[in-house]
Amino acid sequence: MSLAKITQVKALALAVPGDDIDTDRIIPARFLRCVTFDGLGEHAFRDERTGPDGKERPHPMNSAQAARIAAAKQGVMVVGFNFGCGSSREHAPQSLWRFGFTAFVGGSFAEIFFGNSTTLGVPCLTLSKEDLAECDAFVRANPEVEVTVDVEKQTVSAGAKTWQAGIAASARDGLIKGKWDPIADLLEGADSVAKTAGGLAYVEGK
Amino acid sequence: MAKTLFQKVWEAHAVRKLPNGQTQLFIGTHLIHEVTSPQAFGMLRDLGLQVKFPQRTFATVDHIVPTNEIKEPYSDPIAQEMIEALRKNTKDYGIRFFDTTTGNQGIVHMVGPEQGITQPGTTIACGDSHTATHGAFGAIAFGIGTTQVRDVLATQTLALSPLKVRRIEVNGKLAPGVYAKDVILHIIRVLGVNGGIGYAYEYAGTTFDGFSLEERMTVCNMSIEGGARCGYVNPDQKTFDYIKGKPFAPKAADWDSAVVRWASFASDAGCQYDDIKPFRAEEIRPTVTWGITPGQAIFIDEKMPALETLNAADRQTAEDAYAHMKLAPNTPIKGTKVDVCFLGSCTNGRISDLREVAKYLKGRKVSPSVKAIVVPGSQLTAIQAVHEGLDKIYIEAGFEWRGAGCSMCLAMNPDKLVGDQLCASSSNRNFKGRQGSQTGRTVLMSPLMVAAAAITGQVSDAREVFKV
Repeated sequence: MSLAKITQVKALALAVPGDDIDTDRIIPARFLRCVTFDGLGEHAFRDERTGPDGKERPHPMNSAQAARIAAAKQGVMVVGFNFGCGSSREHAPQSLWRFGFTAFVGGSFAEIFFGNSTTLGVPCLTLSKEDLAECDAFVRANPEVEVTVDVEKQTVSAGAKTWQAGIAASARDGLIKGKWDPIADLLEGADSVAKTAGGLAYVEGK
Repeated sequence: MAKTLFQKVWEAHAVRKLPNGQTQLFIGTHLIHEVTSPQAFGMLRDLGLQVKFPQRTFATVDHIVPTNEIKEPYSDPIAQEMIEALRKNTKDYGIRFFDTTTGNQGIVHMVGPEQGITQPGTTIACGDSHTATHGAFGAIAFGIGTTQVRDVLATQTLALSPLKVRRIEVNGKLAPGVYAKDVILHIIRVLGVNGGIGYAYEYAGTTFDGFSLEERMTVCNMSIEGGARCGYVNPDQKTFDYIKGKPFAPKAADWDSAVVRWASFASDAGCQYDDIKPFRAEEIRPTVTWGITPGQAIFIDEKMPALETLNAADRQTAEDAYAHMKLAPNTPIKGTKVDVCFLGSCTNGRISDLREVAKYLKGRKVSPSVKAIVVPGSQLTAIQAVHEGLDKIYIEAGFEWRGAGCSMCLAMNPDKLVGDQLCASSSNRNFKGRQGSQTGRTVLMSPLMVAAAAITGQVSDAREVFKV
């Protein structure tokens, strides 16, 4: 299985502020009533974007900038701390990715969300609190300027600014080498797997 | 060298180092359900792969099952489609399925322990963040995404990085009317909803030693709400006693060696932890959430925080929370009108929860302004409860007695809040919209506090309502 090497994402960015944004907010549970991930993109942040009266609410995902990202099918979402907490639903990064987001920049990410995103080939980079505030402000003030998320160099830059960013070494390695989906490596280890299973008394039929 | 349980289980299941530096970890037990598995089976078919260890995957159906409808086809065609997809997938690949017709169906995190599938010193994965529940038995249990469900199906392994271990030590005796739920809500309140990122939580101390396995499950269940991907309690005699005689427990000749093996996984005296956080049981009082994250919690007799007492980041989330919850800072939460009461979920839908509440509910009546439902987490729990006559106590008090499932915890089935109803809930998440209405409001609490709210029609102190 050959995958693209994801060393850098250069795209328009959208700031979605707030800490502890959980995956129920990213994709409400009713949209999990499905047997494929198709069509999830249009429902990303549905209940934040649409009021109970069915009318659009003021939300970054309803902006012209979000529409540009959706049209381009690439974009950087700038978020707060503990983004993607709560439910393990892969439907959350799937919906944002299908909407058009191809990278996330934030203060911190919930671990399951981080793993689910990386496995889709969508990098999540972290910035310090101060740098994140600066990046967020820049993105709002300069929506027309593309943001570069450099996975290899671990930086985020826009205009004349460059911020030092972080990403788990294993995720970075997988992305830049085009091995962000681990299945090929896992399948390759079949002999070793059999050996480990053989040493575990509770694993029947080993 | 002295090691933690986490290290020992990790080492026993480590297959090899992957090129990216992660570990290929063997997953001894894989649990699946109807919501996060269909796409994984789809990926498996697309890649032309087989299920590697079909006998190590166990399936049930919980999220979408209606709790007030037994006969199929369900009135909800999507629910019917999802249950049928799981029937087909488990049949095609030879996976055991605890279907609704078996008498063993239930919330996946209740089925594993009930069947004796959940055992100490094992690795467990499930496409559900509350998989940490199984840590109560001294297992390392991860919630995973759907692509990872595919990985486990195809290889019985995951690519993971080891976690740091934080020992959360609670010593002392809980006061009457204070429960395991209050302990975990308090821990999350103090350590924060993101305090556990990068950690496995080891729950220890005399309070946990004294807890039943069901109480330990309540605590481990909500580890993810504190940001920790897994949580566990070291196995002890209580653990072994709980497992003994269960359908998948080791049988006669294998039992003694299994117990010796299980006990050997417990953290060694003198092992090194990355962090230790001590708590005193006596300081914990009945706890309720007031906001939109499980960390926004207070003791029932406290006032909700004044905005000026919070730091900038917490203040922003708090303002959002107060607006959503229609509550005011610096006022008591006690006395807030309640519309719905939900007793159930993988956090608090077990037989011990149903028994404890029933003890106090006899002779009391649910307030006419409240809709109260009780949902045993599994069919076995429901059968046991009926056997003990608990259903009659609930029905007599005015609760609706329902069938097994996730129900109103996450509203993927017909049990949902309507409009801005406020729900006193024994579940685990008070996120905006979690219970099925965009403007619905959730206040998390222990089962007895839910019963107190049902009777008074408002958020109440169960110790006063029931003279505990």
